[in-house]
This record gives sequence, C-alpha cells and structure tokens, in this order.
Amino acid sequence: MKILLVFAAFVAATCSEQLFVGDQVLRITPSDEEQIALLRMLGEQAELQADFWHHPTSPGRPTDVRVPFPSLKTVKNLLECNSISYSVMIEDVQELLDEEKKTMKSRRRVRSTNTFDFASYHTLEEIYDWMDTLVDNHSSLVSKFQIGESYENRPLYVLKFSTGGSNRSAIWLDTGIHSREWITQATGIWTANKIAEEYGQDPSVTAILDSMDIFFEIIINPDGFAFTHSSNRMWRKTRSINAGSHCVGVDPNRNWDAGFGGSGSSSNPCSETYRGPYAHSESEVKAIVDFIRSHGNVKSVISFHSYSQMLLFPYGYKRAPVPNHQELNELAKKAVSNLAAVYGTKYTYGSIVDTIYMADGTTVDWAYDNGVKYSFTFELRDTGRYGFLLPSTQIIPTATETWPALLDIMVHVLEHPY
Amino acid sequence: DIDDVGHKYHLELVLEDVLDKDSTVNCTAEVLYHLGNKNLPPDVQFTIEGELKNADEADNIFYNQIKSLEKELVAENIPDSHGNVPPEMEPIRLLAWVASGYVIWQNSTENTKFQLAQIKHVKQVKRSDEYLEFDYRILLHEMVSQEIIPWQMTVLWHPQHSVQVTQDSRQPKHASE
Repeated sequence: MKILLVFAAFVAATCSEQLFVGDQVLRITPSDEEQIALLRMLGEQAELQADFWHHPTSPGRPTDVRVPFPSLKTVKNLLECNSISYSVMIEDVQELLDEEKKTMKSRRRVRSTNTFDFASYHTLEEIYDWMDTLVDNHSSLVSKFQIGESYENRPLYVLKFSTGGSNRSAIWLDTGIHSREWITQATGIWTANKIAEEYGQDPSVTAILDSMDIFFEIIINPDGFAFTHSSNRMWRKTRSINAGSHCVGVDPNRNWDAGFGGSGSSSNPCSETYRGPYAHSESEVKAIVDFIRSHGNVKSVISFHSYSQMLLFPYGYKRAPVPNHQELNELAKKAVSNLAAVYGTKYTYGSIVDTIYMADGTTVDWAYDNGVKYSFTFELRDTGRYGFLLPSTQIIPTATETWPALLDIMVHVLEHPY
Repeated sequence: DIDDVGHKYHLELVLEDVLDKDSTVNCTAEVLYHLGNKNLPPDVQFTIEGELKNADEADNIFYNQIKSLEKELVAENIPDSHGNVPPEMEPIRLLAWVASGYVIWQNSTENTKFQLAQIKHVKQVKRSDEYLEFDYRILLHEMVSQEIIPWQMTVLWHPQHSVQVTQDSRQPKHASE
C-alpha cells in the first residue's frame, strides 16, 4: 500500500498538486453475494470515481476502496442503507501523502528518533547509529560512553540517562547478552527512547531521573549479534576462540563470578552454556563488572532475555532463597500483573532456580552477591510458538507491555533507597 | 514415584486452538517417564473432553493447492530471521509443528523441554499415491541445555488421514557454527 501511495504522490507532483485532499480509503467487508454485486455496481459508476485497491472477491473478505471527497457522502449512504459494514482506513489520503513526502525528505537529512522504525529488527550498525541520534535528540539527558571492547574489538557502548548530580544511585539495564534473542535488543531501543521521551512527561520517570541515573547497555554482545546477521541466526554466545577446541564462544550468562563452575553451566566449549575458562574471561562481561564495581552506587540490575515469559530474580546457582526473597517475589507479582493488564500476556515469576532451571555464573546472581539487592531477569515473549524468531510485528506490543513492569521495579528501587 | 518403573504425572490441561484463541477444550493426561532406559519415550495416555474443531475445509484447500503445483514445493527458513512466514507457507509450518510434536515426544525426558525453532529446509517428495510427502530439515531448541538441534523428518499427510512421521533422525551440528 505504501508503495502505491508513493507512486500516487509522484504522479501528483508531475501533474498537479493536491490531487487527493479529503479523499478517504474505506475498508468494506461484504457479508454475502448480494453485497458483492452492489460493490461491483459501485465500481462501474464512472462519475463516482471509486478507486478499488482490492477488488470485491468473496463474502467476509475485505475490499479496500479510495473514494474521492466529492463522492464520499453518496458512497457512505449506499453502504449504510444496504447495511454493508465498512471502516475508514485512511481519513485523508492527501495528509498521508504529505507526511510521507516529509518523511522521505527528512531521512536524507539528520535523522530524528521519530522516524526510526521501532517495529523492525535492525543491524548492529543501524543500532549504533540510532544511539547517536538519540543522544543528539536528547542531549541534555542522554550521553553515550564506552566501557570496553568485545573479543573482535567492537566498542561496547552504554547510554547514560542523567539529570545531573555526582555519582547518583543508579539503575543498570541491559539487553542483547544472548545474541539470538533479537526481541531484547529491539525492546531495548524502544525502551531507551521511551525513557528519553517520558522524562518531564511521566511522573514516575521524572521522579526516578530527578534522583537517580539509568545506565543502559543495549548490545552486550555485539560480536554474537553481528554473527546472527551474517552467518547463524541461532548464535547465542560470544565469539571468543577457545584454546584447544574448534568450537567458538562462551555463554556470557554463565561467565559471571557467582557460583561459577557448578552444574548449572557446562565445561564443554561446544556447549551453548559453556562457562568459559574462568570467571569474567569474556571482555564483554569484564567490562560490566569493572564498570559496576568502580561506580559503586548501582542499586538495581535488570537484564533482558527471551523467550519464556518470566520475571526472575536470584538465585540460579543455589536453591537457598535470597534474604529479601519475599520483597522481590511481591514486586515481581505486581510487575507481572501490570504487564498482563496491557494485552493479556501471561508471565510466571520466581527465583531462577525455582522457575526456569539451575544456572550458575549469571549476571543477576553476581550483581546480587555484590550488593545489588534489586536484581531481575526478564524472559520476554513468547513461550515457544516463534521462540527466538519472534515476528517483528510483536516488537512494539512486547516493549509496550513490558514498560509498566519495568517502571514498577524502578519505582520500587527509587522508593527503597539503601 | 513408581518404584522400579519410573515417574508418573497426572495432568489437567486446556488445549487452545492456535488459530482461534477462543476455541478451547479440556484435557486430562497421564505421562509416565521410564526409569533407567533413557531411550524409551514416555508413555502418554489422554482424554479430550469434547471435540476438536473440524478443519476439513482448510485441509482440503491446502491439499488442493499443493496438488496443483507444477513443480514440487521447495522452501527454506520458515519463519525467516525476522519471524515472517509468507501466508502460503503457513500450512507448511503448521504441518511441521504437528510432526515435530511426534519427534519431540519420542525424544523427551523429565529434563528436556523442546520447541520447534525453525524449518531450515522443506522439499516436497513426489508420490504416485494420493498422499503428500515432505522432507523437512528442522531446528529444535532444547530449553534446559539451550542447544539448537538439527533434525531431519519425513512427513506423510492426507486430509482424511492423520499426520505420519515415517522417518526421522538427529543431524550432526556444523563444526563451524
């Protein structure tokens, strides 16, 4: 449809301006053969100039028609008198064309975060470019800095959201630690943009950022991510070479120094849960460890994964509950309930070991054991129907429903300083 | 726990039609995982309360579409990297899902959780009878180990008959990956 509109716009530009002011596109759903015959008759009435984008075929199948402004009343009357159901798909075709022209023009200039397509999956380059755009568009709030380099020497970037102060209490957010979990990086971009937009608008976001900083690493594992685009969509680990093995990569979520080396990870370099030769062997992990340690004031770590639809907290490496298990459990319960309120998506919640499986050397267990009391892992959509290959049409719904849950946690952190 | 036999689970579940969320049916099942011999698939007994929706019309449309193809169907990467499935490939994906259910059942233990991750390749095999035959190369995702396991399966189907997996085998993973 968009391509049709673009062609129409070019035609309009060469012939005369404003060919489609007030025209509407109606989606008509005929319920029986009689209604279909009526629609066909409509098409045959030359003076109405009804422009069928989809022709009427069979009952129950929608038909799209562009109706010129002068004929609108007549056509709508005809439909209504014959009880033919329709809806207005495009309120004003000319407006849409004008928007499109603007969009296409501005794409050639400095891009705005308003025209970034959040509903698609992007490449590493596109995401890194977008980060700079975000900083440009919100320069008083957002900055970007580098915490290290990946195995293949790609920069590891972190976005900092701050309204000032000096070494304020902070919340750490991350996505893309496992490269094949594409919904996480995509949700990360949308969420970072949302935080920037809502500062000064949403009372919770404003309250949080007025006292605390947010650090957001959207792509923890850029080597793996590049590999999912170039070679193997199902790649999970880093791309580090393992001495003495033909198998590549370490599971960055088994490489942290918390219960490192137990039965919740593998000692086999060919395994998807290979822990690595030693804790923090991966530069991607070490960079974060060093950052959080030297910062010294991180109060919450929230890490995003997919898939399973779960909200998890420590521990994964042992069965013993954390001291504030009840608090984390209640917070998870609330967050999950607010997530479900958006589109009905059901999440389960609990400690990692109770809810999903035994896993050692994880990000959140390390954070917790290093004093970060509010450590959570989200496992985003879905529960296996598409798994890692979640359709891009679900990006915005996923990010949208996760947002209130994320806010619940961040607000709780704000209101429970320690 | 059943001494010397294995672990039996009694389940009460709700089956939901993937294509029509409002269509549900209650089901009870008993699953017995055998002790010792890990090569024995679990025993499954089940009762469905009520009836499953009739899919004859959709089945016949799909069957006739394939039958009327000039060349045998060949396709890859369903869904693609972005999760897209061309509409005409949707029945091919659903067929793989059903067939993979059988493969998953035959290879499940109490410590596995499999999902169909992707169809890497599917090719229709010409037959002289009325059945449709597809040779699938799929990827299974095992949740506990997080492994992606390539698997080959040959699937037979006809609208009036149930799906059959006539042959299946685990494939070796590529060393370079």
